[in-house]
Amino acid sequence: MGLISNGTTLLDAGALDGGVATGAMTLLSTSTASSSANLTFASGINSTYKEYVFKFIDIHPQTNGKHFQVNFRDGSSAYDATKTTLMFYSYHDEGDGTPALAFVNSDVVAQSTDAGRINTGQGSDNDESCAGTLHLYNPSSTTFVKHFHSNIAYTDSSGTPNSINVFVSGYCNVSAAIDGVQFSFNSGNIDSGTIKMYGIK
Amino acid sequence: MGLISDGTTIFDAGVMSAGLGGSMVFIKKLTASSSSSLSFVNGSNGVVLDSTYKEYLFLYKDIHPSVDGPNLQVQFNDSSSNAVTKTSNSFYAYHNEGDSTTQLVYVASGDLTQATGPQPIALDITNQNDSSAVGFLHLFNPSSTTFVKHFIASGTHMHDNIAVLSDHFSGYCNTTSAVAEVVFNMQSGNMDAGDISLYGIA
Repeated sequence: MGLISNGTTLLDAGALDGGVATGAMTLLSTSTASSSANLTFASGINSTYKEYVFKFIDIHPQTNGKHFQVNFRDGSSAYDATKTTLMFYSYHDEGDGTPALAFVNSDVVAQSTDAGRINTGQGSDNDESCAGTLHLYNPSSTTFVKHFHSNIAYTDSSGTPNSINVFVSGYCNVSAAIDGVQFSFNSGNIDSGTIKMYGIK
Repeated sequence: MGLISDGTTIFDAGVMSAGLGGSMVFIKKLTASSSSSLSFVNGSNGVVLDSTYKEYLFLYKDIHPSVDGPNLQVQFNDSSSNAVTKTSNSFYAYHNEGDSTTQLVYVASGDLTQATGPQPIALDITNQNDSSAVGFLHLFNPSSTTFVKHFIASGTHMHDNIAVLSDHFSGYCNTTSAVAEVVFNMQSGNMDAGDISLYGIA
């Protein structure tokens, strides 16, 4: 039996009616690291949503100076979709040294199946982590390339600790659907941290 | 009759009470099919673009142009469909598939100076079959008759030099009239495919 208010069906057969206004951003999955080689979202990425958002919360690396990175599964079991990316960042250190805004040539890929870096040289001091967001668009399309972009704030303690704001954009240059996303560091584990995946209606 | 649980109204008059459905509320989705423009007009076709929300978010997904190299652009109109004056800034980052060129530059062709022309939000999109543009546009407090109306847009797409390009724009509608219409189109040709969704941020 449905629930009807003032002539409008609100609930029926255990589900909200499609006409009821609800939140447009839905939490789909949460993955938490504990000395993990990677955090992988191997299910739930399909045509249900045209945009998926991944939120990084205090991702802490095992090894200093490594690069947080992403790769995409495009039809096999491997996370190796061909991609081209760009990266730029701004930074400012705790010693008030010279700040900068620059393109990061050393950390981009061109038509490569390698993981795409989404930060560079993250610090691993006990209080250091990264936080940010990655958007993946229309992963189930078999017509268009699959665009993604990210924005991450983090610290680099290779010298005087820096505040770094890094931006990455790119596309998976494949016609196959993307059905899995994997995050890791280029070396060492993800000691701790959480990644949440949302779908945008 | 409403649905009340432990003193809290859950539903009344056919709608969920404010705050129970999440703070990002889907309003309207428009899908292009060889379309000359996609228009969000307050009060028309289910579109809300007024004082209901202080922030509106447009998400554009896989916009595919009919011709090679045009900009995706947006126009802000008042309630009489008159384009409003805008000042804006623009920069992009670029990396081509051939790995021969990278750039991070200010783009004068993407900014406006007290102009009523459309604001570009994605520059020089190729129309190769697998090419498209994605991104977002935030419009803040469009119904204000006190302040200018700020906007921020960012996205990524395949550039007509076969490259990934990351676009960034911000600016303001320099008017004390409310902005009541937001219209997207291509600089030339049509939008062959793609969709744009409008959300209100409570």
